Amino acid sequence: MAEVLVLVDHLEGEIKKATYELLTAARALGEPSAVVVGSPGTAGKLADGLKAHGAEKIYVAESDSTDFLSPQVAVLASLVDQVAPAAVLIVVSADGKEIAGRLAVRTNSALLGDVVAVSAEGATHSVFGGAYVAQAKANTEHPVITMRSGSVEIEASAGAGAEQVVDIPAATGRSATVTGREPITGGDRPELAEASVVVSGGRGVGSAEDFAVVETLADSLGAAVGASRAAVDSGYYPHQFQVGQTGKTVSPQLYIALGISGAIQHRAGMQTSKTIIAVNKDAEAPIIEIADFGVVGDLFTVTPQLKDEITKRKS
Amino acid sequence: MNIIVLVKQVPDTYSERKLSNSDHTLDRDVTDAVLDEINERAVEAALQLKEAHGGQVTVLTMGPARATDAIRKALSMGADEAVHLSDEALHGSCAVQTAKALAAVIKAAIGFGEFDLVIAGNEASDGRSAAVPAMVADVLGVPALTHAREITVDGSTVTVKRETDDGVTRLTAELPAVISVGEKINEPRYLSFKGIMAARKKPVATLSLADAGIDPSEVGLANALTAVTAAQPKPAKSAGEKIADEGDGGAKIAAFLVSQKLI
Repeated sequence: MAEVLVLVDHLEGEIKKATYELLTAARALGEPSAVVVGSPGTAGKLADGLKAHGAEKIYVAESDSTDFLSPQVAVLASLVDQVAPAAVLIVVSADGKEIAGRLAVRTNSALLGDVVAVSAEGATHSVFGGAYVAQAKANTEHPVITMRSGSVEIEASAGAGAEQVVDIPAATGRSATVTGREPITGGDRPELAEASVVVSGGRGVGSAEDFAVVETLADSLGAAVGASRAAVDSGYYPHQFQVGQTGKTVSPQLYIALGISGAIQHRAGMQTSKTIIAVNKDAEAPIIEIADFGVVGDLFTVTPQLKDEITKRKS
Repeated sequence: MNIIVLVKQVPDTYSERKLSNSDHTLDRDVTDAVLDEINERAVEAALQLKEAHGGQVTVLTMGPARATDAIRKALSMGADEAVHLSDEALHGSCAVQTAKALAAVIKAAIGFGEFDLVIAGNEASDGRSAAVPAMVADVLGVPALTHAREITVDGSTVTVKRETDDGVTRLTAELPAVISVGEKINEPRYLSFKGIMAARKKPVATLSLADAGIDPSEVGLANALTAVTAAQPKPAKSAGEKIADEGDGGAKIAAFLVSQKLI
């Protein structure tokens, strides 16, 4: 069976759980091989987790290189050359998309970006924020596929996890140099794109201070906080939390929209959520039309009550 | 300092977007087409660098004939000239083909070595692959400094504060290089009447594939490295239960969540 290369997503010795989703998805295409590119000692910390999620091989490329993303691209390109994998899977992130694009153009491979499912027949995309579902296939060998986190249910499976050290090939072009890094530690809330519950606020929240009501409900549910473009443009909440056509696309199990009218700009970023709850003063707000449960009312009375009910049930 | 700005015309993000029934490509006729917002920031970044260091700003786009509207907007902001790669055969090109075609135009038509910076938006609002700037850089063999929140040019060195969801990375490279800008790089200037009038006289070179020295077998839907085999609009989500809050709205939501086993 052909190998499927999975680029391991990690930060400071910690694995990103989306890597396990890719290892799970990879089994539908072939034999999963994890590829660890990082500073010396990285693979040692990650190997047990990778084995427990089905990695038959672990390619280890460790160095202190300060070249920006070029080592990842170079290592994957040389592995594509050596093992002719059935596919290369990479997590959707800013870095992941960039590595994937550069790898595809360098190895002349099909680039299937931001997919939600893979099979031997091809990949499934969710387009325009879920307004369309499209099936796509690669017309080349070894397609490079980026997968959206949260699309696959992680399944543990024991793999041999045979480690194999690979050299980082010399760069083919000039590279940017990393002179400093300040990772976001993110606080206690889950990451927006990965959260299974998202609570978002819109223009109806009315001020930055009052976003506390959104945050309080989110924390009672262990949820991520999101915001509509209108709320972000009004300065109520930082841009990195924007959900919508020009922000994040989320697809959680539960999405709670507070004071959000639901313009297409916003719906495109959340309409594939499994269950949608909306609270809005306006009975005609488009968000109510796509909500599984819509309450026409004041979010400042409904939300605290909901929060209290949730806390009660937990205790 | 010679700067090339990559721009793209996209469907307005405030309108409903559609895929065409015949070949599953973006149906550009049913939506309003606009210069992608992030491209205005890319043009603004280029203009600010030109104002500080002198030089020339050239806008480059690949797209159908009506993409000239997007070009005009960039020229109205203050870019000096434009190159428009426009050819029927480009329709349906995939990301890899697009990156190679743009790099070919930069190399052949504009002249490799004659630019210091290529500046682009970090992610188009329609395709959202967020990879084309780095792919163009890879083809050109120059560094890619992406998702820039701040750009500083000092002599032949460029430094960028790169900001993504994962945090801040500080990058440095020698020119020439490719930069992509993020949402927070700047606020694009407003168009002035003078700028709009001046743009009418600015040169726009329209290139066919032959002009750019691109082999037609390397672009287009039929030769794309990926193929969309089917596309279905997702059935519209129907409204569920709708109630008016009578003092127990929060409790009713909680009951609903319990019934759905969500809490």
